[in-house]
Amino acid sequence: MDSIFIYAFLSMGALAAFLAAGLGFASRTFHVEKDPRVVEANEILPGANCGACGYAGCENFAEAVVEGEAPVAGCPVGGEGVADKLADLMGAEAESAEKQVARLLCKGIKSKTAQNASYQGIESCVAASVVGLAEKKCSYGCLGFGDCAEICPFDAIVMNDEGLPEVDEEKCTGCNNCVEECPHDLFLLGPISGKNHIRCSSHDAGKVVRKICEVGCIACTQCARVCPVEAIEMQENLAVLDYEKCINCGLCAEKCPTDTIDFEGEKISAIEITEDCIGCTKCAQECPVEAITGEAKEQHEIDQETCIKCGICYNVCPVDAVKKEVK
Amino acid sequence: MDSLQYLLLLFISTVLINNFVLIQFLGICPFLGVSRYVETAFSMGLAATFVMTMTAFATYFINTFILEALNLEFLQYMSFIIVIASLVQFVEMFIKKVSPVLYKALGIYLPLITTNCAIMGMALLIPQNDYNFIESIVFGFGAGVGFTLAIVLIAGLRQEIQFGDVPQDLKGMPITLILAGLMALAFMGFAGLAVV
Repeated sequence: MDSIFIYAFLSMGALAAFLAAGLGFASRTFHVEKDPRVVEANEILPGANCGACGYAGCENFAEAVVEGEAPVAGCPVGGEGVADKLADLMGAEAESAEKQVARLLCKGIKSKTAQNASYQGIESCVAASVVGLAEKKCSYGCLGFGDCAEICPFDAIVMNDEGLPEVDEEKCTGCNNCVEECPHDLFLLGPISGKNHIRCSSHDAGKVVRKICEVGCIACTQCARVCPVEAIEMQENLAVLDYEKCINCGLCAEKCPTDTIDFEGEKISAIEITEDCIGCTKCAQECPVEAITGEAKEQHEIDQETCIKCGICYNVCPVDAVKKEVK
Repeated sequence: MDSLQYLLLLFISTVLINNFVLIQFLGICPFLGVSRYVETAFSMGLAATFVMTMTAFATYFINTFILEALNLEFLQYMSFIIVIASLVQFVEMFIKKVSPVLYKALGIYLPLITTNCAIMGMALLIPQNDYNFIESIVFGFGAGVGFTLAIVLIAGLRQEIQFGDVPQDLKGMPITLILAGLMALAFMGFAGLAVV
């Protein structure tokens, strides 16, 4: 009895010691010199290995950042905090690390679109797009079988009763899976602060769109003309929004005759300049409709008749003298 | 010749008749977890085959020259776990240094497979079946090949079934389990092949 105890103790102890020594030896002998920045970058990252950045894991992403292949803001989970730290490490300026979320650029629910045929095949968008004959007459619109909801690893996409996917912006991590999956390329990644969305992807002529979809872009160009910052560009019969330039004023959504443009932000109802104004003239220079007048170093005034309530003056004022009310 | 024939039979028996996943139900976790795509499933199978062969090699020596020599068979579980874990760690470091390409192909999967029950089960079955050194190696390699076969097969089926008309309630894991059950049934048909 005693001898078994001693043997067990000694043999296991010896085995463990041998293995520990072996591993210790191996970790020195086979040590691979790594760029110390990779180790540091890896420590900054969340370490969830979720793959949302498009690399196999956090360490692969760290390597790519150090090699300059991946942007420091490439980690959608870590957000701005991680991007700033990575930028410090790499000695680069952090690019906009705002959270990106996916938006569906189609509003064609069944009741508002013309139907072509009844599709009876395999219930998947990819399969239906191979057949080429969608249920909707619009050949650009959402097929509605929910491949995007299926592929979404974060359950952020749900198909609503009308057959269109809805993105939960809280859950969305901007992983790009739905963008790649959608056979009609209807998803677009944009900053979460963007509140204006032109929800149509049809390049059909306005005449055609008018016949087959009540909410499609008919390329009337009104939004592009009203936009104070020229963020909307017409591309082959379709208005396309540049999220970088957009200031979320909501004027385009107001003008849109077909209600294609969604505005989820706060619309300015009244705006005025208070006594805090130092007369720097910045607002007057930036105003797209020249509604602001006033001498330098004196309080400026907004002509409410001409003002389009875009909010640019509110954004540029260095002393917060512009007060706005929102609906 | 006799022994060669015996080894061949042992190999076939381990791969098909006593398939680790589908007949002995070991290693179900990676079988279901890493079988979404054929490519990753194949890499996982390669890593498993590699680790299993190494394990058979190492545990045979531990068992014969330490545990059996000292009448300490009750320590099999404990000693095998630390030996397998250290071995995988060692091999991982070795590959990383020697072949970065191989490391990229296997590296991510090696730690995942370390303490898998298929590996442990295989290590424990060797002393139970009284295999000698060569037999142990063949048994370990065969177990790995069987695992690879099963995981690649189900990955292929799962990729196909993505386009199938699966009832709503069975989508995802339920249909995968049904597939696995059907595959296990089919593999039982190999039982008539040979007796070892």
